[in-house]
Amino acid sequence: MRPALIEAITPLVTRTSRPDGSALRVLSLEHIRQLAIEYGVTTREIEIEALNNGVVPGRYLRNMTTLSPAEQVRLLKSKAAVVGLGGLGGTVTEILARVGVGAMVLIDGDRFEEHNLNRQMLSAENLLGSAKAEAALKRVAAINSSVSVSIQPTFLAEDNALELITGCQVVVDCLDNISSRFTLEQAARQAGIPFVSAAIAGLTGLVTTIFPGDGGLQLIHGPRHSLKNDKGVETILGNLPQTVFMTAAMESAEAVKVLLGRTGQVLRNKLWVMDLTDNTFEVLSLE
Amino acid sequence: MTQPQPAIDLRLFAALASRTPADASSYPIEAGMSVEQLLAKIQVPPADVKLIFINGVRGRLESRLHGGERVGIFPPVGGG
Repeated sequence: MRPALIEAITPLVTRTSRPDGSALRVLSLEHIRQLAIEYGVTTREIEIEALNNGVVPGRYLRNMTTLSPAEQVRLLKSKAAVVGLGGLGGTVTEILARVGVGAMVLIDGDRFEEHNLNRQMLSAENLLGSAKAEAALKRVAAINSSVSVSIQPTFLAEDNALELITGCQVVVDCLDNISSRFTLEQAARQAGIPFVSAAIAGLTGLVTTIFPGDGGLQLIHGPRHSLKNDKGVETILGNLPQTVFMTAAMESAEAVKVLLGRTGQVLRNKLWVMDLTDNTFEVLSLE
Repeated sequence: MTQPQPAIDLRLFAALASRTPADASSYPIEAGMSVEQLLAKIQVPPADVKLIFINGVRGRLESRLHGGERVGIFPPVGGG
């Protein structure tokens, strides 16, 4: 009979010490892959079993100790929806995969165009014309094969939004128009899922986190029924990569806090505002 | 003796930044004027404004200014 998984893990563990001298027990990617084959389970299950026994997979070593092993497990057991895989969504996908969010639903019906190359992390010259969702799937597989990815190469609409996000513990809005954001917010409310929303234009970025009963997007974009224009001043100012990456990083930080249950520290009823023109970073009250 | 004229610290974001008056960091107002009146004074159409913050808290077109406030004005922002 095969020994219990943890008994198989233990002899493969290497001991290392942190810069402060404290000890750490580490399991390498190579050994995680071997064990997954041997035990017929996913690499994610091996990672969770290791972490539950105080052994840190090498890929998450530098997540410690800002994340505890138990919190890393919590992330690995979480599922996030990233809606829109352009500028914000490409970078949010990258960050959530690297930090170790265990499952993601990646939603976008769009294909790469040349004008995406300035800021969209998933885009590349050789991918022009190809589906953003496919690129996202390949990217996540390349950087963290333990993440379970479901791609939905479709555009968000009233009739599919709820179905697309059901089962997730956080929804990250990386859309590029205001009315779709309201559609997604409505679905997140219905599903009872916290919703992280961001928007950018030029060198300005905005991020907020909305729980189902909160005032939400209407506090930022005005009431939905009075929305005259689907786009903002990004149609004039463009979308700069430095704005996209900073704002996406902030959105990802919010999503991770939501998944970790650090909900006292999120931008609830608050708006994070960034303006890289003159290094403005502020948190404003929406109440 | 006359009171010094009240002033605000005015900040226009994104596409509105180009309308920033030269003396924005100490922009003179009339005490009690509304944000809407302020916008008229700086020639920003209310339709171009989406968000107003007064001392870091969301305000409205009707909100009154008395001097000493930090006022931030945002156009609609929707890119991703």
